[in-house]
Amino acid sequence: MNYSIAFKTIVIKEIFRFIRIWPQTLLPPAITTALYFLIFGKLIGDRIGTISGASYMDYIVPGIILMSVISHSYANVVSSFYSTKFQRNIEELLVAPIPNWVILGGYVSGGIIRGLLVGIVVTLISLLFADIKVNNILITLTIAALTATVFALAGFINAILAESFDDISIIPNFVLTPLSYLGGVFYSVDMLPGVWQSISMGNPILYMINAFRYGLIGVTDVDIWLTFIITGGFIVTLTLFSLYLLHKGIGIKN
Amino acid sequence: MNALSLRNLRKTYNNGFEALKGIDLDVETGDFFALLGPNGAGKSTAIGIISSLINQTSGSVSIFGHDLRREREKAKSCIGLVPQEVNFNQFDTVKSILLNQAGYYGTPRKLALQRTEYCLKQMDLWDKRDTVSRRLSGGMKRRVMIARALVHAPKLLILDEPTAGVDIEIRRSMWKMMQEVNQQGTTIILTTHYLEEAESLCRNIAIINHGKIVEHSDMASLLARLHIEHFILDLAHPIAVAPVIEGCQIELLTDKMLNVAVAKEHGLNKLFSQLSAQNIDVISLKNKTNRLEQLFMDLIDSNPNYAKAAGNER
Repeated sequence: MNYSIAFKTIVIKEIFRFIRIWPQTLLPPAITTALYFLIFGKLIGDRIGTISGASYMDYIVPGIILMSVISHSYANVVSSFYSTKFQRNIEELLVAPIPNWVILGGYVSGGIIRGLLVGIVVTLISLLFADIKVNNILITLTIAALTATVFALAGFINAILAESFDDISIIPNFVLTPLSYLGGVFYSVDMLPGVWQSISMGNPILYMINAFRYGLIGVTDVDIWLTFIITGGFIVTLTLFSLYLLHKGIGIKN
Repeated sequence: MNALSLRNLRKTYNNGFEALKGIDLDVETGDFFALLGPNGAGKSTAIGIISSLINQTSGSVSIFGHDLRREREKAKSCIGLVPQEVNFNQFDTVKSILLNQAGYYGTPRKLALQRTEYCLKQMDLWDKRDTVSRRLSGGMKRRVMIARALVHAPKLLILDEPTAGVDIEIRRSMWKMMQEVNQQGTTIILTTHYLEEAESLCRNIAIINHGKIVEHSDMASLLARLHIEHFILDLAHPIAVAPVIEGCQIELLTDKMLNVAVAKEHGLNKLFSQLSAQNIDVISLKNKTNRLEQLFMDLIDSNPNYAKAAGNER
């Protein structure tokens, strides 16, 4: 059987889904981040000065872009796959001769595409406030894609294990948002007191944001190769766990 | 080759409930097969396992010779499922529901478009192709599910109570459509609570109860086992008391209506002669219950040892 058609079908369905509801998916990050840039970057940032040689506006742009990529790649998969479960049209996929890796690949690709598309929207908004000269385009794009993959996979697992709509908002609200804010979006980890610096180093989002910041403006608090190892490790682990859940039918089959 | 073979199929849910206690079942290619049973008997569990929605505990499922565990994709590609409840994306248009389904089965886009048009026209839904599915009536939603199940041209179509809750006109048109699909070579397995539906459509039948197959035969021989039939007779003139006729049980329902239980060997001609001899003119008669319904109730309710006695327990 030609699995590429099934894969393409899922991906196109996912893209149409988030484009159809663009006022919920693409517009809000544009407005929210424009406010971030205006309030934190422009009004407050002018009084803060520079961090590691970069203006405060330039410093926060990468973190805000990647924060949007994280939240939207996660949100796309968790809401779409959970709705599929909730409406029981997951049965269409379970009955069809589609291997689990195609189902996973299709949904995760949808999440990655939305995450990156939102990243582009936020980047375009940022150009109204900051004059970014990209330091390393390859690292920038690779880190954005890997980060989107990690969180699309995490969203997929959340959707599989969720038993109610409450369950799909717990992780974004109580885990992702705090970890993103504490991941050095608005500050350098060097500005924290010793113990908090050590605690922050246990936050994987800190590595992703810093590597992305390095790619965009050449400033980082961490070794970017460590970021590649961490994101690669997460991708492998989360992929295997997702495939295990699908194979066992946990959360989707009786 | 059988379209479907189940061997010693068992399912025990996590709460310990044993839904299937080792069933064996064969459905021939091209058959129109009824799988009947009361609520909770194990029908939906069996269909869930066949269509990969439920994991079996043990046993084997073979679809057109492909073992569901060893040749999963090949086995699954033979099946089209019409579930009991609406389970398509209610925000999608009718056309996109079918196109997506075709895509899941690896159907190339051009062919998928042709098949979608064909199936929607067959279900009389072509003019609704761009309608968002949640705006459709209940009967239309059922037809969308049948069109969706047919879009990849399955060799085995499983219909799980497809006419539940639809009005008689739509039900009749769905029967006609199912017969056409069967005549075109698709094997059909039907579960239904409308026994009239099973009796008029299906050639072979299995009855499942408490997780076991208690009957598995062709419809004609099953119906031939019915020894007593119940009729309602409308009388031309009112009578005061029910007549007494040996070999029949007669009850007066109204002064112009009788409920008669007639043994097969007694025969209707003899009954009418005996009624005429008592100056009772019958103007019409109808079956009190569907014949299959009567047998079904015998098998399920009143005689738990029936299957053993008939040597049909499987």
